[in-house]
Amino acid sequence: MSLLQLSDVTLKFGGLTAVAGLSLAVEEGEVFALVGPNGAGKSTVFNLVSRFYTPASGRITFAGQDLLRLAPHDVPALGIARTFQNIELFQQSTVLQNLLVGRHRHRRTTLAEQLFHLPSVRGEEREHRHAVEEVIDFLDLQPYRDARIAGLPYGVRKVVELGRALASKPRLLLLDEPASGLSVEETQNMRWWIADIRRHMGITVMMVEHDMGLVGKVSDRVLALADGRRLAEGTPAEVQAHPAVIAAYLGTAAPSKAAGGRVA
Amino acid sequence: MRFQFKTSYEQDIRLFEDRRQAARYALLLALAVALPFLIDDYFLGEATNVLIWAIAGLGLMLLTGQAGQVSLGHSAFMALGCYACVLMMNAGVSFVLAFPLAGIVTGLAGALIAIPAMKLHGVYLAIATLALAILADDIIVLTAPWTGGVAGLYAPPIDILGVTVDRWSTPDLYWWMVLAVAVLVTLAYVNILRSATGRAFAAVRDSEISAQAMGVNVARTKTIAFGLSCAITGLGGALMGLFAGAFNNETFTFLISIQLVMMIVVGGLGFIQGAFLGAVVIAFLPQALSLATDALGRGVAIPGLEAGVFGALLIAFVLFEPTGLWGRWLKIKTWLELFPFARRDMFRRQRSYLKTERLR
Repeated sequence: MSLLQLSDVTLKFGGLTAVAGLSLAVEEGEVFALVGPNGAGKSTVFNLVSRFYTPASGRITFAGQDLLRLAPHDVPALGIARTFQNIELFQQSTVLQNLLVGRHRHRRTTLAEQLFHLPSVRGEEREHRHAVEEVIDFLDLQPYRDARIAGLPYGVRKVVELGRALASKPRLLLLDEPASGLSVEETQNMRWWIADIRRHMGITVMMVEHDMGLVGKVSDRVLALADGRRLAEGTPAEVQAHPAVIAAYLGTAAPSKAAGGRVA
Repeated sequence: MRFQFKTSYEQDIRLFEDRRQAARYALLLALAVALPFLIDDYFLGEATNVLIWAIAGLGLMLLTGQAGQVSLGHSAFMALGCYACVLMMNAGVSFVLAFPLAGIVTGLAGALIAIPAMKLHGVYLAIATLALAILADDIIVLTAPWTGGVAGLYAPPIDILGVTVDRWSTPDLYWWMVLAVAVLVTLAYVNILRSATGRAFAAVRDSEISAQAMGVNVARTKTIAFGLSCAITGLGGALMGLFAGAFNNETFTFLISIQLVMMIVVGGLGFIQGAFLGAVVIAFLPQALSLATDALGRGVAIPGLEAGVFGALLIAFVLFEPTGLWGRWLKIKTWLELFPFARRDMFRRQRSYLKTERLR
C-alpha cells in the first residue's frame, strides 16, 4: 500500500479545472518530485493533501486513511508536515518559538494544567525543546535560535520553515519549492538535507521544485504535470527526456501537435 | 551589552531570563507591597484604580496582543463579571468564591459568544463586538429585577475569611487584594504564553494558514483566547464595580471598551508590561487634563476634551509608535546597551512582500 494515494482527483475553481482526474501514489521512504510549468497544479496538489481545498471528485488516502474526512488542522496529526512556496512563518515570534509550534501535534497537557504551569507542563516543554534542539543542530540554526523571523534573511527563513515541519516528526514531508530563491550554496545545503531527511530520519519526501538539477539529484521518482494532468512519470532522466514534458515547457515546432504550441 | 549563554532548556521556560531580571521584578513587587506605607490614602486609591484597569487591560491584551483578534465589546464582559460577582455575593456566596466564579462565568459567556463571532475578521469582528457593548446597556435595563437597571446596585461589603476589605476604611487591604489578583492574573498570563496554547495564539495571529498546517485548530484557539480574555476582563470588571461602590447600566459603557483598546495600544501591544503602562496613562490622563485646564483656563470646562485627547493619543501611537510605550522603552534600552553602535535602521519595521494568497 502506498503511503499517500490520490485516485482520480478533480478540482475546479469556477470554470477552471486546476486538477483533472489526477492519480498518483507516493511510496514510503522515497523522494517524490512534482514538476511542471507554472500553473500546472503542483501546489494545488499540496493544498489538496493539506485539505485546504476539497476536490470535486476522487479519493485521497494517507496510510490507508481517508484524508477527505478530516479538517485541515487534523491532517498534521497523521504525520503530514509541509512548507509553503512563499514562506508562511510566524513573523513576530523567534525561530525557537516557530519550531515549537511544529511540536503542536505532540502536546499532551490541557489548558488548565498550562494555566498553573504544573510539573506535567514543564516536563512536556522540556521534551519539546529537546526535539526542537535536534532540528536546530541538524539544520545549523544555532546562530538564529532567539532571533525574530521579521529580521531574518530569506535563505534562513526557508530553512526555518523546513525546520518547523521537521520538528513535528512527520512521516510525510511536503516541500513546496524548497530551493526557490536560494543561492547556489544554499541549494546545495538543501540537497544534502533532503537526502539526509530521507536516509537518516526515514521521512518520505514529496516536493514541488523547478530546479531540475536539484530534482535530478535527490528524487527517486518524478511526476510531470501540465494543466492539472499527468504528463509523464519515471526517474528524473526519463521524465526530462519525455517528449510531452519538453513540449509542455518549450512548446512544439508544429502547432498542430497535441500540446498545441503552448509556451510555459 | 550582555550576552546570555544558555546551558539548559529551563532558561527558556522559566519566568525570568536571568537573576538580574528576577531581582528587578522582585524589587518592583516589594515596592508595590510597601506602597500603603509610602503614600497617603488618596494616592493609594488612585494606584488601586490603575491596577484594576491594568487587570481589565491584561484581558484584552491576551486577545489582541497575543491572538491578534480585536474586540470593542470588552466593556460588556466587565459588566458581566461585575454583575455576576455582586449578584452571587448578594445571594450569600462568599467573595472568595464569588470572585473567581464571576471570572469563570464571564469566560464561558465569552467563549460562547466567540463561537459565532470568531468567524468574522478584522473590522467586521470589531463592529460585531461593538454591538455587544451597546447591547449590554439595554440588557442590564431589561433585566432590572436582578440588575437594578437604571437605579443600579450597591456593592456589598467584601469579606475575605472574616476580614472586611473596604475601600474607605481599609484602603491598604483593598490595595493588597487587588495587587494579589493582578499578580495571579499576570502569572496565569505568562504561563499561557510559555505553553503550547500561547504559541498557538501567536501562530493564529501571524498566519492562520500555516497554523492550520501545523495542526492548530484555528477556530478552537480563537475561542479559547476569547474565553480567557473575557474571564480576565470580567475579574477586572468585578473589582472595578466593587471599588466604585455603586454601578448601573451606564457604568460600563462602550467608551470603556475604547479606553481598554487605547490602553493596550499606548502601553504596547503584545507586552504584559504594556497593559500596566497603558493603565497608568488611562487612569492619570483625566486628572492631568483637569489640572491643565484649571491652570490654563481658570476652571472653564471644555466639553469633549477628554475624549478628544484620548482619541488623538490613540491615533498618534498607531501612526508613530505602534509598539507603544513599552516597545519604545525596549528600543531606548537597546540603544543604550549598544551605544554608540546602534543604527537608525535597526528598529525599522521590515516589510514582508511575500505572502501566500489566502487559500479560501
